[in-house]
Amino acid sequence: MKKASKALFFLIGLLAAHLFLAFFHPAEAVEILLTTKTYLLEMLSILPPILILVGLFELWVPKSVITRLLGAASGWKGVAVAVLTGTAGMGPLYVAFPIGVSLLDKGASLFNVAIFLCVWASIKIPMILFEVKFLGAGFAGLRLALTLPSIVIISYFLNAVMKRRNPYEKTETS
Amino acid sequence: MFVWLIWAAAALALALSFFKNRVKTVSSLRVSLKFLRSMALPTFLIIWTIGFLLALLPPEVISRTIGGEAGFMGVVLAAVVGSIVLIQAFIAFPLAGSLLREGANISAIAAFVTTLVMVGIVTSPLEAKCFGKKFAFWRNFLSFLFALIIALIMGAVLR
Repeated sequence: MKKASKALFFLIGLLAAHLFLAFFHPAEAVEILLTTKTYLLEMLSILPPILILVGLFELWVPKSVITRLLGAASGWKGVAVAVLTGTAGMGPLYVAFPIGVSLLDKGASLFNVAIFLCVWASIKIPMILFEVKFLGAGFAGLRLALTLPSIVIISYFLNAVMKRRNPYEKTETS
Repeated sequence: MFVWLIWAAAALALALSFFKNRVKTVSSLRVSLKFLRSMALPTFLIIWTIGFLLALLPPEVISRTIGGEAGFMGVVLAAVVGSIVLIQAFIAFPLAGSLLREGANISAIAAFVTTLVMVGIVTSPLEAKCFGKKFAFWRNFLSFLFALIIALIMGAVLR
């Protein structure tokens, strides 16, 4: 309930700002509408099929499979699986969020889900081709070579931070 | 093309599932709907915010900001701009490419491109909703830090 009202508050804020702009800078207000439309269409073209696949994944893929492939004991093989599934991703990062949630539900480790999310965000094959075309193979190749190990380190730290317990809590439970 | 591919994959998987087990398929759609309901409003708000951001920070302003300031502060500034804005790759890479040809700092361009894809301040509320505030904060913060490191290494190697 509290969450919903916060979003509603934000919605009203945006609406007010937009109306304000419409009166004083109508050209910009129209431009915002057009950009919003473009991105909205992008979302509507990608989110529904992804959510259908996430739903099917939840019902059909047994938990044991994901635990084996991406669970805490999956080791470097799990990292490889996370990287490969991440590169297969398409669309903006927020599309990967529900997939990550459902992977966690199915027993994937936080470490591997973090890798999956970061790879989805930064290493997609069509995106690499684009980068090579406009920034050169040297630039794109070096950036890719540096990004991949960075993602593993980021996910390692992220996992460590998330696992770290509150010291007070620890003394109480042990 | 990629979009059609994923729609086709979803349709095929759904049809297959429907033939195998109707009840399971219906409950899978219920799961999809649950995700859609929890994501729809925040995603809409994010997209609207992106509309505002791109109007306030059009490509000219972005390129002036990234291409302008030199030195380490320029790299940090580029990383900050990349963290805030959310631009599709087919706009961002040509923009970065033209800046590079105009002689912009390689580190600044690398920082901009890397944070653009890895760090999303605008999408972080949705990320926090899915994985918790702590996760969203640390993933974005660490990604920002590593983007700077990547940028500095690239500047040193590719000069």
